[in-house]
Amino acid sequence: MTEALLELKGLSKAFGALKASDAVDLTLMPGEIHALIGPNGAGKSTLIAQVAGWLHSDAGEVHLLGRNVSHWSVAARAGLGLGRSFQVSSLASEFSALGNVLLALQAREGGAFRFWSPLRGNARLRDEAMAVLARVGLEDRAELPVASLSHGERRLLEVALALAIQPKLLLLDEPMAGLGPEGTRNLTAFLRGLKEEAAILLVEHDMDAVFALADRISVLVYGRVIASGPPEEIRQSAAVREAYLGDSLC
Amino acid sequence: MSTAAIRALPRETLVNAVLALALLAAPLIAQMLDEPFYVSLATRVAILALAGVGLNLALGYGGMVSFGHAAFFGLGGYVAGITALHAFEGSDFMTWPWSVGGSDQLLVVWSVAAVVVALVALAIGAISLRTSGVYFIMITLAFAQMIYYLAISLPTYGGEDGLSIYLRNQLPLGDSNDPLTFFFVCYGLLLAALFLSARLVAAPFGVALQCARMNETRLATSGIAPFPVKLTAFVISAVITGIAGALFADLNGFVGPSMLSWHRSGEIMIFVILGGVGRLFAPLAGAALFILLESLIGGMTDRWQLFLGIMLLAVVLFARGGLIGLLAGKVRHD
Ligand SMILES: Nc1ncnc2c1ncn2[C@@H]1O[C@H](COP(=O)(O)OP(=O)(O)O)[C@@H](O)[C@H]1O
Ligand SMILES: [Mg+2]
Repeated sequence: MTEALLELKGLSKAFGALKASDAVDLTLMPGEIHALIGPNGAGKSTLIAQVAGWLHSDAGEVHLLGRNVSHWSVAARAGLGLGRSFQVSSLASEFSALGNVLLALQAREGGAFRFWSPLRGNARLRDEAMAVLARVGLEDRAELPVASLSHGERRLLEVALALAIQPKLLLLDEPMAGLGPEGTRNLTAFLRGLKEEAAILLVEHDMDAVFALADRISVLVYGRVIASGPPEEIRQSAAVREAYLGDSLC
Repeated sequence: MSTAAIRALPRETLVNAVLALALLAAPLIAQMLDEPFYVSLATRVAILALAGVGLNLALGYGGMVSFGHAAFFGLGGYVAGITALHAFEGSDFMTWPWSVGGSDQLLVVWSVAAVVVALVALAIGAISLRTSGVYFIMITLAFAQMIYYLAISLPTYGGEDGLSIYLRNQLPLGDSNDPLTFFFVCYGLLLAALFLSARLVAAPFGVALQCARMNETRLATSGIAPFPVKLTAFVISAVITGIAGALFADLNGFVGPSMLSWHRSGEIMIFVILGGVGRLFAPLAGAALFILLESLIGGMTDRWQLFLGIMLLAVVLFARGGLIGLLAGKVRHD
């Protein structure tokens, strides 16, 4: 049996009386895209934050590459190979696109405790950063400050940054949001080509993209996984339809 | 360098070079005109700029608005004063478990100041950096006030009256009592600190530090924990300011609680803000402007601080890049 890259065991988080995630069990296998869908406020972003280490869980465990990382810091989990993109872009706003990628590369290159040689002077690292940007088609925008990139370009840069740490798995929180039809199509094709390199836990509202990409879908409602299975099964499930998908998809 | 090569340099580099040369020229000209007061004034600028270079690393690059850097400035000063006192008296600083006496050697004073300030900054930073924003400002202020009151309550070392340094601490080569020689020492240390800052800021460490200022989430997501980066920068920043404090005590031949007071923290912050937050030479531009205002307008009216206030307001409202920003344009980021 292959080992899960990510395994959540009974993960819970409450904000006051609100159970944002409620005893969630979930796995992500190598080479897989596992989509997490659910209505707004279902707790998807909360769950992602628990997995990445931003939120302390009230109960449950996060296992990453077979290790219990429940009490690890965000940086340590990233160091193990967990890449992530945010629902709302989170970039180093005064740096250029290239500067952002260089920063992401430097963790792997020996970390922040190197005090003397300029980061920019490392030609090999720079080439690598340009290659990462080229993967998402941003190589021509490398030197622009991220503040002057378009919304769509910033979304792509987020994906590039997640890739730059050479992740074994990716948490993508609504990567298609605000991309428009063409952007969504392009990113869908790109993610499909990516899954052998890094398994993906994909939170996404665009159902066409989800059904085109996912090997497995879990449906989250009020913090609980109400259904989990292959796309066809989810499409057919009466409970899911009632809770979330609506009649338009039938 | 040819004129063409000079023109190709970024404008900020030229502005920085002019500032550095002006500070070097001022005491030389003063010496020729037999105006020793201006030699000591230029030395003051160099020392206060050095203190600002320290703060700029934390505040300008790291976004850590420390309102307690006088603690480090003053501690550096007290190290100079206390070691000189014991050397002068031939007495011991402590007798148990080892006997530790004083010293009148600048190199020893600086090393001791660096170690003492680093340890204190490590403790203050480790606690303060768990907060942010206004709380960070207040907690650094609180720590500095604690050290201020500690100094006042130590009669051995002068209490409220402070300590006089009867003999300026000595150099291995050259005579530190010669005003111009002492200026060169301070100026050399200022340039060294500026060079160190420039290297740090461009190195992976500095890039991570600046990212911590802009967006800690991004830094952590890249696999770099922000806290150790910020704490290290805070300690380096404090040590630079502490060395400046040791020089200041030797320049004045005196160290007292005023070096530890919150006014001093505010002053060092003013240098950085006037000069342009996060610009390499901001502390030099700011300290020079401050001292010029103080000695020019301060000579005419006691209300020179009013003019300072107006300038500060103008910088904060209209010219975020400060003096360097006005002269050299917007910051260029990679
Ligand atoms: N930091 C927080 N404090 C309080 N409530 C929160 C916090 N973050 C999220 N919530 C609440 O938790 C629920 C789940 O939010 P979220 O995880 O963002 O949902 P989704 O991403 O599925 O739209 C929502 O009701 C939201 O208002
Ligand atoms: Mg969300």
